[in-house]
Formats: sequence, structure tokens, C-alpha cells
Amino acid sequence: MIAFLIKRTLQAIVVMFIISVISFSIQDQLGDPLREMVGQSVSEAERQALRDELGLNDPFITQYLRFAGKALQGDLGNSYFYKEPALSVILNKLPATLELVFGATIIIMFLSVPLGVYAAINPKSLLSSFIMGISIVGISIPVFLTAIFSIYFFSIHLGWLPSFGRGETVHMFGSWNTGYLTADGFRHLVLPCLSLASIMLPLFIRLIRSEMIEVLQSEYVKFAWAKGLKRRRIWFLHALKNTMLPVITVGGVQIGTMVAYTILTETVFQWPGMGFIFLEAVNRVDTPLLVAFLIVVGAIFVITNTLVDLIYGLVNPTVKLAGKG
Amino acid sequence: MSEETLAAPAPVTGWQKFKQSHLYYSFVSSKVAMVSFAVFAVYVVLAILAPLIAPYNPYDLAMLDIMDSEIPPVWQPDGEDRFLLGTDAQGRDMLSTILYGTRISLMIGICAVILQAFIGIVVGLCAGYFGGKIDNLLMRIADIQLSFSTLMVAIVVLAVFQAAFGAERYSELALPMLILVIGIAEWPQYARTVRATVLAEKHKEYVDAARVMGFRPMRIMVRHILPNSLSPILVISTVQVANAIISEASLSFLGLGMPVSEPSLGSLISSGFDYIFSGSWWITTIPAIVLVLLVLVMNLLGDWLRDVLNPKLNKG
Repeated sequence: MIAFLIKRTLQAIVVMFIISVISFSIQDQLGDPLREMVGQSVSEAERQALRDELGLNDPFITQYLRFAGKALQGDLGNSYFYKEPALSVILNKLPATLELVFGATIIIMFLSVPLGVYAAINPKSLLSSFIMGISIVGISIPVFLTAIFSIYFFSIHLGWLPSFGRGETVHMFGSWNTGYLTADGFRHLVLPCLSLASIMLPLFIRLIRSEMIEVLQSEYVKFAWAKGLKRRRIWFLHALKNTMLPVITVGGVQIGTMVAYTILTETVFQWPGMGFIFLEAVNRVDTPLLVAFLIVVGAIFVITNTLVDLIYGLVNPTVKLAGKG
Repeated sequence: MSEETLAAPAPVTGWQKFKQSHLYYSFVSSKVAMVSFAVFAVYVVLAILAPLIAPYNPYDLAMLDIMDSEIPPVWQPDGEDRFLLGTDAQGRDMLSTILYGTRISLMIGICAVILQAFIGIVVGLCAGYFGGKIDNLLMRIADIQLSFSTLMVAIVVLAVFQAAFGAERYSELALPMLILVIGIAEWPQYARTVRATVLAEKHKEYVDAARVMGFRPMRIMVRHILPNSLSPILVISTVQVANAIISEASLSFLGLGMPVSEPSLGSLISSGFDYIFSGSWWITTIPAIVLVLLVLVMNLLGDWLRDVLNPKLNKG
């Protein structure tokens, strides 16, 4: 286990290193920091002097080491637009995005498991074919379309739910303002969370169904039937346990994917989260903010993947820990 | 003379062989598959013939008239016969733009998947055949690549390119960039599948025989081993084209894909998004239906193929 842990952590560090090099080269190539700092009137000689002073003429490696050193202390430069440290701009928006992901995850968890299990246990029933039919349609609808049309129906036509923004929020701690504790904030969360969940939910239903069907055909389940155990016990204790193993792995990877989909959802709902800020930064060529986003999102991906691998290693006793790595 | 005609068996053409196959049989007996395939075929034909069918050329700015903007489809009270599906905010005929848009979306989807398949197959063959350190390294890279979502990678890469080139220059490069980015981001799917086949096949006797006959690894890999993984590749490809089309649409929706002047289905939806709440629903809705139907039939075909061919697919 220890060896596995060390190997996985080392891999995570290597990946983070690669991400930081890529981020730095983006910062290096994109835009000219001098242009942001000085006006037109500064002469070429002065510019050169300033470049030397700022270390912009140093070799790539020296510059990278300086960047990495600062990055490790949480300093990723100042956003050109907000005139604030880029990292804190991103981290201030992180809670809004995480609340979206949290809501969607809850919806997915509480719907996909019962629906998927039902479709696996009763493969021939009408409801199962309905579930499977809906889920293949669900997979085929891009998340931004779900978002647009849910606004169109629930906000414009029916006027039930608000269509943009976070509404009223309650201050928690630090930069965390939650929308879950006020009625207004909660109403604002419903549509974005549903839209975000709509793309992953069918995927999980299908995955759980196919895994469960496979497990139900395995020898040990047949043995459990032969022993005369109760149906519920076989389904929910014996079979479900092994069904959930691959679901954990896929689930972890999908949490990262969900961050990508939040960009789409946030654009449609004008949700003031990380993805929204990122697209703004792209349009303004706000390089430090882009880099900060890249590093934060990269870190989210690496951490979730590493954790998922470790949890999988813990939960599944058949994984050969030392060999796998 | 007569002997010859008697002896010669009826020539078994490829088509006849195909007609006797399991694939053909289950295709004919599955309504979903036949309908999906028919719809898909219609899409492909329309996409290929778009320049001939389309009543207007949406790229020709001289044909645009701002007075024609936001005309609803024919069946609406204000619709005009000239524009079957209405016009968009710039006065372009929706039918024509959708035909051209479908063409672009399909092209990006298919080209991106060809690129994915090419990279994936080469990597998978090498990893499986040579094994050892090469295998380890390649599969580790594939794992890491898979752990990052395609859409995220594509968004970041395209965003950086757009910031670097500026929006104007970028719009000229959008098509090849989209193909490249979507193509490169998804190769591990193929690599894993092909590698699994190679590992299963490479110790079989026919491969040994080929090796003893002195064929080079390249020939053995491509001519002897690769055909065994054709059915999983076919299954993956169908679903991957659907995914690539969705990715392209999402990227275009964010303004990182095809420009409004040369719209794909995604950019059409995106340009209509500004007008949907002011009543011009058709600019978004019609391309959206076209897009969803296309992706849906591809997914249905993919599902059907997977059930028929039932290869051991990687679920990761």
C-alpha cells in the first residue's frame, strides 16, 4: 500500500510539474507584460532596461524557476483586469462553481443508482426501456442546449424559476457565500444544477445498469441464488457492492469533467463562477488569470484522480497494489 | 467449355458475403438500426450535396439583405415562401445555413475521429507488440491523458490559441484547429482497445508463423493483428463521431469554435441564443433539433453495433 501511495503521489507531482511548465510557457508567449505596465511614450532603450530589470531577458529555465518558486507560495501574478492577485480572483469564484458541482452530484447520485439498478434487475420491463430510451436521448443533447431550453420553459414560459445569477447568498467563511441556505439562492441553483446533471446522469444510469447486469451473471451471484438467499439481499448487498467499484473510478474522473461542463452551464446561466471568469479572461487576454485557472483546474483534476485511485485501491481488495502503481 | 462453366462456382462477391453475415441479419431485424442508419445516410447525403441543394449561399455576403432578418419559418403567420425555415439575425436563409452547418459539423466530427483512430491505432499496436518499457510509457501517457476531460483540454488549448492569434486570425484557423484538438485529445480510447487485441493475439500461432516467414513487425501488426480489432474500432468510432460533434458544438457555443461567418451547427445555436428570449426561437431551435437528431442516431447506431459485435470494450 505504501509503495502504491508513493508511486501515485509521484505521478501526481510529475503531472502538476508538466501543467506548470505548460502554464508558464503560455504566460511567456502570450501578451507582453511591459505593454500592460508602461504606456506608449516609453522609449525602446528604457523598455530594454526595464526588461532586464524584470528578468524578462533571462533564460527560460531561470524564469520558470522563479515562476515556480512564486507559484508554490501561492503567487501567480496579478490579473490585468481586476488588478488583484490572479489566484485569489479564481479562488473567490471557486465556491460558486463547487456549489453547482455539488448540487449536480447529489442529483446524479440519488437518481442514477436507483434507476440504473432498476433497469438492470428488470431488463424487460416497460419502465426500464423507458429509462434507457430517455438516457440515450439525454446523452445526445449537449449540456448548453439543456440549459437554454430549461430557461426557455421554466423561466420564460412558466416563470417558475429565475434564469440567471446566484440570487441571495449567505456568507459562510472566507470567500464562501452559499446559495443553499436561502430560498432565493436555492431557487437559483435548481436549473443550473439540473442542466449540469443532465449530461452525466444518463452516462451513470447506463454504466450502473451494464455493470450490474454483468455482476448478476457472475458465479457468486448464481451461488447466492442457489443458497436461497432473499432477492433483496442478493441485489442490494451482494451485487450492488461490486457494481459500485467501477462506478467509483468513472465517477471520480467525471467530477473533473464536470468542471469543464460548468463552463458551459455558467455561460448560459451567467453564473458568477470560475468558468464564467475564465471565458472573460480569454476575451480580455488576461494571461495571469488564464494561468491561474489552468493551475487550479489542473490541480483539481490531479487531486481527484489520485484520490479516486487510492480509494479504489482501498475498496477493491483484488487490486495488486504493488504491481499496479 | 461446358465443363468450365459447370466447375466455376457462383462468384462470391463481397456484397453476397456481407448479406450472409450476422451483422446484416441483425441489421435487417432491428428497426432502430435501420431507421437510424437511414437518417444518418440522409444527413451524409445532404451534407455532401449541400452546395447543390441549398437555395442560397450563406457565405455570399452580397446575397444578404438586412431587411430579411429574423423572418420566421413558413408555417408561422409571418413566414415567407422564400425562406422555408426562416432567416437568422443577419438575414441568412436558415435552411441553407443549416445544410452548410451540418456539412461542417459532420466533417469536423469524422476527420477528428480519423485522426484519433490513426494515432490510437499506431500507439496501441506499438505498445502491444513491443511491450516492456515502450508499453509502460505509452499507456501511462494514455492514462494521464484520459484523466483530463477532452472538453476541458480543448477549451483551454483553443482559448490560448485564440488569445494568442486574436479572434480574427483565429477564425480562419478554426476548422483545422478543432479537428486537431478533438482528434488529439481522444486517442487513448483507441490505443487501449487496439493494445488489448494485440496482447490477446500476439502469441497465437498464426502470428508466430508470420514471424517465422520473415515478415517485418510492421506488416505483421497491420496486416495480421489489426484486422482482429476492427469490430471494436467500428463500435468506438460511431460513438466517438457523435462525441466529437457534441464537443465541436460546445466549443463553438463558447465562441472557441467555428466563426459566425462560417457556422457549424454549434455556432448557429450560439448565434441564435441572443435572440431566443426575444421571440426568434427558430434560430436556435431548428439547428438544435438537427444537431440532437444527428447525435442521437449515431449513438443508437453505436449501441446497436456494440450489442451485435459485442467486443470486450474498455469501460474506463
